[in-house]
Amino acid sequence: MNRRDFLKGMAGGAGAVAAGGATTADARPNREPAPEAVAMLFDSTLCVGCKACVTNCKTVNGMPPEALADERLPLWDSAPGLSAKTLNVIQAYTDGSAEVKDREQDGFAFVKRNCMHCVDPGCVSVCPVSAMTKDGNNGIVYHDPDACIGCRYCVFACPYDVPKFDFESSYGTINKCQFCNQRGVERLDHGLLPGCVEACPTGATLFGTREEMLEEARRRLSLTPGSEYAYPRETLDAGLEVTSTVPAYYPTIYGEKEGGGTQVLHLSGVAFDKLGLPILPERSYASRSEGLLGTIYKGMFAPVALFAGMAWFARRNLQRQAETETQRADAHDDRG
Amino acid sequence: MERAHPIGGRLVTPFTTLLALLSLIALWVLAQRFVHGLGAVTHLNNGYPWGIWVVFDVVVVTGLACGGYVVAFSVYVANRFQYHPLVRPAMLASLLGYGLGGLGAVVDMGRYLNVYNIFLPWQMNFTSVMLEVALCVAIYILVLMVEASPAFLERFKLHRHKRKLERVMFLFIALGLVLPTMHQSSLGTLLVVLGNQIAPLWQSYELMPLLALLSAAIMGFSILLFEGFFSQLGFRRASEAPLLAAFARPLTWLLVVWLVVRFAELTLHGKLGDAFTPGGLAVAFWLETLLFALPLWVLVSPQRRRQAHLLLIAAVAMLLAGTVYRVNAFLIAYLPPAGYQYFPSATELLLTIGLVALKILVFILIVKRFPIISAPART
Repeated sequence: MNRRDFLKGMAGGAGAVAAGGATTADARPNREPAPEAVAMLFDSTLCVGCKACVTNCKTVNGMPPEALADERLPLWDSAPGLSAKTLNVIQAYTDGSAEVKDREQDGFAFVKRNCMHCVDPGCVSVCPVSAMTKDGNNGIVYHDPDACIGCRYCVFACPYDVPKFDFESSYGTINKCQFCNQRGVERLDHGLLPGCVEACPTGATLFGTREEMLEEARRRLSLTPGSEYAYPRETLDAGLEVTSTVPAYYPTIYGEKEGGGTQVLHLSGVAFDKLGLPILPERSYASRSEGLLGTIYKGMFAPVALFAGMAWFARRNLQRQAETETQRADAHDDRG
Repeated sequence: MERAHPIGGRLVTPFTTLLALLSLIALWVLAQRFVHGLGAVTHLNNGYPWGIWVVFDVVVVTGLACGGYVVAFSVYVANRFQYHPLVRPAMLASLLGYGLGGLGAVVDMGRYLNVYNIFLPWQMNFTSVMLEVALCVAIYILVLMVEASPAFLERFKLHRHKRKLERVMFLFIALGLVLPTMHQSSLGTLLVVLGNQIAPLWQSYELMPLLALLSAAIMGFSILLFEGFFSQLGFRRASEAPLLAAFARPLTWLLVVWLVVRFAELTLHGKLGDAFTPGGLAVAFWLETLLFALPLWVLVSPQRRRQAHLLLIAAVAMLLAGTVYRVNAFLIAYLPPAGYQYFPSATELLLTIGLVALKILVFILIVKRFPIISAPART
């Protein structure tokens, strides 16, 4: 290889690298929130770790109790994290002496983990058979086990590690929170609330539209720490209240923008990554993946053009080869 | 032009018996998998939902099965008909590799009875990279069956059918070039949605498809070299070394482009420092990079690349390079949620080994009884 070819190769390589991500953002920007997107607001500072939400979730969704790893019989339902049998869980953050609630140093805090019902879900983007779908109106991310092939791409792709496959079964299912509105449960469709919202005694888990929940979250962030506030329970207009002291909130609403935004929003006294919530860029990964796929395959133009080109070359070269062989055979006959 | 002939010889040899044994063990593991489920037979878990059955049996093996793709391009597009004798063995090997890759994919599915949903237009999700890979691979397996059929038509003396097929073969050749370009690049695109769950050294985002395709081409050329040497050794054919040495030129280009793109991307995005941060990821990165770079020492030298043993070592290094890159990207560079670990179980490994053994066994049996190999016997 000569120097000029090498430099050409280098320039081509650098050009390919630079062209990278910019163009695909135009091809596929983040999804917009659903028009009547429902949402939960989880306020970690209100959560006392009672796990009533975990129990009610199990009851409503018909999930069995799950034992700690070293227990043979599930005397206590105490799943350490989400699983194929646990769709909602409370986890704790502790540091040092863990003396003060909602303080990062020598403190502790609680976090509720369940499906975030992302505005631009990775699981919906990746599912080959549309088993994961997002409702166009309320934005709930549903799972259809009758379509699911169990490929577990959703498990792999979800940045919140939510969907779980039941590996213990000989023919497992993928399980995750569906806002208690999946086929057979349908609480929202019947005017009821998700199980966790209904059970929460402190109002830590609140339910409403995404707009309402964002507004409530912003209101709380604007309150003075130390002042009193009548925190609503269940929904904003249920008329149920728990008066509490406003804490020093971490000044962000988690889920407003993360990964394109979620429909389960979090407020906290400690940094969100301490609670195990991932740090994500604003542009959803689904938009990057779909943007790339869409750019390469737009209108199937590239594959069809490539096919036409390859077919032309193959046909021409096959014909030429056949002619060459006929000539060789003739020459051989002539000599013989 | 050389004519292909069955190699002949005994079907039952110590080697084929061993391969058959390994294949039977794999069938036993398969039975366990279907009766007891994935959890009973693998170490897969919800922190590592994809293990060696997806990453090796599908992602790596289909890369190793790119011999048909590369030879079709070399012969029918680049018009290098001197490689025509390589076409039949390469197509057969690719068909077996992709067939077993497809089988591995279905075996890994947790709800395999619903697999037909992939082919129902109203269930298809066209934003899913995996759908594209699945459909592309399925169609490509059919195309490979057609591309590999001439040897069988010849053997069963279906000459009229063979001639009719030859008239339209160029369409299947073209499909056999477009389809792998699509799905091999998409194997890289699969990881884009993983975002920061893949360590920055391997998360190349929009460049993933290019890197995946380059690795497929490198693996394709290398498997042709590898298969060429092994049929020479195993079936006592005359040396094809001079022919194969000419692959050095395209391979050199591919390796150089690989290294340039890889390092340019890391540098431009400020990630090169990760390669020098002590730890397992750095080790994995340099192992992979050296496997891509060292073969250049053989390939750029006209004397060295004509030495059969050096060319073979280079081919093995490049096959390993592609394998290590794909395993690195999907498993090693994958950052699991806290507390999860994965190492394949014994039964997981036995199934993988057994499926590869089955592929090699079927290849040997067919090559002995069907006109696949063209090189004359060693005198």
